[in-house]
Amino acid sequence: MQATQELGLSAKDLSVYYGSKQAVRNISLDFEKKQVTALIGPSGCGKSTFLRSLNRMNDLISGARVTGEIWIEEDNILDPRVDVVLLRQKIGMVWQRPNPFHKSIYENIAFGPRYHGIKNKKQLDEIVESSLRKAALWEETKDRLHQSALALSGGQQQRLCIARSIAVKPQIILMDEPASALDPVSTAKIEELITELKQDYCIIIVTHNMHQAARVSDKTAFFYMGDLIEHDDTQKLFTNPSQQQTDDYISGRFG
Amino acid sequence: MIVRKDLDDGLEQLKSMLLEMGSRVETVLHDAMKALEQLDQESARAIIKKDPELNRLEDQISEVGAKLIATQQPVAKDLRRVLVAFRMASDLERMGDLSVDIAKVVLRMEGETLIKPLIDLPRMAAISQTMIYESIQAYIHEDIDLAYKMANDDDNVDALYSQILRELFTLMTQNPNMISQAMLLSFVGRYVERIADHATNIGESVVYLVTGKRPDLND
Repeated sequence: MQATQELGLSAKDLSVYYGSKQAVRNISLDFEKKQVTALIGPSGCGKSTFLRSLNRMNDLISGARVTGEIWIEEDNILDPRVDVVLLRQKIGMVWQRPNPFHKSIYENIAFGPRYHGIKNKKQLDEIVESSLRKAALWEETKDRLHQSALALSGGQQQRLCIARSIAVKPQIILMDEPASALDPVSTAKIEELITELKQDYCIIIVTHNMHQAARVSDKTAFFYMGDLIEHDDTQKLFTNPSQQQTDDYISGRFG
Repeated sequence: MIVRKDLDDGLEQLKSMLLEMGSRVETVLHDAMKALEQLDQESARAIIKKDPELNRLEDQISEVGAKLIATQQPVAKDLRRVLVAFRMASDLERMGDLSVDIAKVVLRMEGETLIKPLIDLPRMAAISQTMIYESIQAYIHEDIDLAYKMANDDDNVDALYSQILRELFTLMTQNPNMISQAMLLSFVGRYVERIADHATNIGESVVYLVTGKRPDLND
């Protein structure tokens, strides 16, 4: 790793078990700040499980057990003493299907900051505006902030969810197939947005769309059957992968 | 293993078109040198007339490659196969052009006799012709050792070229009336030397195809 890059998040020897089945096998991976890392691999390869363990979403699944370490700065977030609510402020998550709250656009964004203690109306207004701007949604919504978020198109809803995760000022944004339910134009907007956002965040994205991984990410990690097969610069991995399995997978020859 | 039929068919098509170009270029160089040795005008004209066929093959390779990129989005080795096909087609097309240049020299020498028996030029051409053949073999069999052999052969061609130039310059200074033909023959040396460089490029392409790394074999 280059010395100039700062570490956003570091997984060490991470394993995830569902009951007796090991879904993620002893994976160590570093994620740098201001970079997008794509996690790719066939269904069931462990990439989503790995992603979800990064903000302890697997805590919610009964029978799931996580071992190893996940470091953000000085904290190992797998430490049981870590406050999961505060953790999820640091690590935002965007899901496959846009899941806005059944509230107004404004309230969707203001919810998180308010939950974390910001009550001042002017301050909340500012957060709503800057979050929507960063998510490239401000121009489309500034005149209808108090209308229901559910009236937005799918692509707009997804950008709203991104704005919502930004509003609590996270360091890291996890995205699980953020554009797979969207049409090509909305997908292009999300991808453009990801490229914009990486100026400020460490972004980790799971995608089934190989070409999306190639377009948006700086680093790519290829998972297979719970193992990390290869992790490299995206350009290198997509032109000259070092593992034959990677070559076969990204060439669409298995998986 | 999943078969990607359209992609595989397209890649196979590129390969067979490159093979076709390779064997045509080999023939055209051979014919051009023979025409030069025999100062055979008719054969030189036939060579020039056939050149558009090679250009057409290069265009077809570009089209098939572009179609594969647009519709199949090849990556990794598949992508390198397409990129290499573009570069090889362009190298082969240039070799065809250079052979045509030799045929044009034959036309310019109409009515003349050779000022000297040709010895080193045919040797140079024979090495280059073998290089064309072997570069294509290296491509088909993805044989890196054979690809690297191009660099050695190219050095031999370069050495012969220097020798030919020295000899022709000596002739020119001694016999001013030989200058014009000696110039033309030195051009031929230059054309053949360039052909060997393009064959060496194909060797580089093969190394890139197999390893993903770009060596410089022309150094």
